[in-house]
Amino acid sequence: MDSINGADAQVQRLRQHITATESQLRILKLQLQQAEQAAEAAEAARHLNGAYQGGLPADWRDEIFGVLHHDTPGSLAQDFGHNGEFGDAQIFARPTTEDVRQQRWPLASEEYKRYGRQMIMPEIGLHGQLRLKNAKVLIVGVGGLGCPAAAYLAGAGVGTLGLMDGDTVEVSNLHRQVAHSTARVGRLKVDSAVEYLRALNDSVNYRAHPSHLSPEKAIPIFEQYDLVLDCTDHPTSRYLISDACVLTGKPLVSASALKTEGQLIVLNSPPRLPGDVNGGPCYRCVFPKPPPAESVLSCGEGGILGPVVGVMGVLQALEAIKLLTAKPVPTGPGWSMDFTATKPSPPAEPTRPTMLMFSAYSTPQFRSVRLRSRRADCAVCSAQASITRQSLTSGSLDYVAFCGVTTPLNTLTPAARITATGFSRLPTDGSNILIDVRDETQYAICALRGSVNVPWTGNADTWLDQAIMSGGVAEHGDDGRDRYVVCRLGNDSQLAVKAAMDRIGDGRVKEIKGGFRAWREEVDPSWPDY
Amino acid sequence: MSSTIPLAVEFTGGLELLFSNQRKHQISVPSSDSKGAPSNVGYLVKWLCENLIKDPRKEMFVLDHSVRPGILVLINDADWELEGEDKYELQANDEIVFVSTLHGG
Repeated sequence: MDSINGADAQVQRLRQHITATESQLRILKLQLQQAEQAAEAAEAARHLNGAYQGGLPADWRDEIFGVLHHDTPGSLAQDFGHNGEFGDAQIFARPTTEDVRQQRWPLASEEYKRYGRQMIMPEIGLHGQLRLKNAKVLIVGVGGLGCPAAAYLAGAGVGTLGLMDGDTVEVSNLHRQVAHSTARVGRLKVDSAVEYLRALNDSVNYRAHPSHLSPEKAIPIFEQYDLVLDCTDHPTSRYLISDACVLTGKPLVSASALKTEGQLIVLNSPPRLPGDVNGGPCYRCVFPKPPPAESVLSCGEGGILGPVVGVMGVLQALEAIKLLTAKPVPTGPGWSMDFTATKPSPPAEPTRPTMLMFSAYSTPQFRSVRLRSRRADCAVCSAQASITRQSLTSGSLDYVAFCGVTTPLNTLTPAARITATGFSRLPTDGSNILIDVRDETQYAICALRGSVNVPWTGNADTWLDQAIMSGGVAEHGDDGRDRYVVCRLGNDSQLAVKAAMDRIGDGRVKEIKGGFRAWREEVDPSWPDY
Repeated sequence: MSSTIPLAVEFTGGLELLFSNQRKHQISVPSSDSKGAPSNVGYLVKWLCENLIKDPRKEMFVLDHSVRPGILVLINDADWELEGEDKYELQANDEIVFVSTLHGG
């Protein structure tokens, strides 16, 4: 019995010993794993340290190391201690000269060459270049503003560049939209621009968003980026982009241009929670109400000088580079606003929101004006905000209705209108008079012989006075001759006909439907299509 | 005490089209309004509508008795909201700029 009991006890002891040893082995394995990870991190840090030969301030080292660990495009993050995803064995197995160099320096040798001219400035430096490389910038609108802005940001080495536009390239874009080309007319603007930008700098990660911005899409897309450039051309998109920037905590560089003038504002900078008065104002703070739709002129209607919009786009790139390379504020990780924070953020350096105005034909050409700070009752960035992430993503906000729409004019009865074809068949014996209501500049580009130029003034009375003075309209109504009114597209001509009919009750005033566009399409294909 | 205040008024962003297509205007406005109160920017806007605007489309400048939405008023290079908006009392040689916002791009 004793020997049996003794053997049982022996088995028991051995089992306990094995259990204890296995447990210790597990702990040892875990410790080994941790030690290996620590060694790996130390190895990476040693390389970095070696790169600076120990002369780099400690606060930079942390930041740069953080940048290197980020999932940036290009070889750097992958080659350089990337959480063991690329094992040391792979890297060190057959080290080439290039490998060794890339491990020693935080940028590839090609990058020092490419960005050296901006890196040697104290405003940028190595850390600024690394911040650019780590940055993700979204450009909404790839037209006159977006093309030069994208070119300079790609050139500067911004890591990720998103381009958003649903339009295709037209010939009339090419005098100012420098990323597109004659060969790419008809292609999507985003694709055309990416092709141009790749040829400029292939190391940037380009993301094409080939559609127009909608409230539903805005937040999930903006969240993928650090900074947004508004390069669009309508109040509708300007309000939407600003709202989405506030709600996702992204600074916004907004510019616009028309004719010979441009405007530039940096908004929501610094980006802060709605209700935080230390945040920069948003578009709604500066312009709480949209302008009347009829006061909004597009580049197609008002005209635009290429270098004017180019200057504004280049300035947007400049402001973006300044924001991206600035030392991050200590609160919160990097750029994005911390929505989980319960405490209000401490005031950073006081923000001085300004608007830069450019006017090509004024002296001085540039002028910077002070703007207000956040509005206490702003609909999106104040404590009483009514616009939320939910209201945006649910699509319940109608930005088009908010900004108003101009409907195509159709104010005349069929009797007061004639087609371009119909007009071309009329006798040219002096029994009728053609009144061209385009402005003098357009009239000088092309006009029909014998026509009378009476530019539409926007007002019935003043226009009629001009028309009578120039002999286009008889002072006392019917003089036995028919009047035909034409303009560029067929809107102003309707207003002018209505003005003439109201005043002189003349049934002999008609409008040429569709203006000179219809004339070109129906009658004279060689008519200039400007 | 002078009875008028000399001012530099400027219109940009397309607003100059309403004012004889001229950007800069040197004007003098009465130093007090009809009730004897010192002239402020609100009074200036009304004065411009009565005396300087040439285009009959006044609604492109003023809507509901105030400058229409989309026009920024600058008093000596600052948004008028920093200076008391239409209540800002005009000083001699103030520079008041009316800027229509642009939207093209």
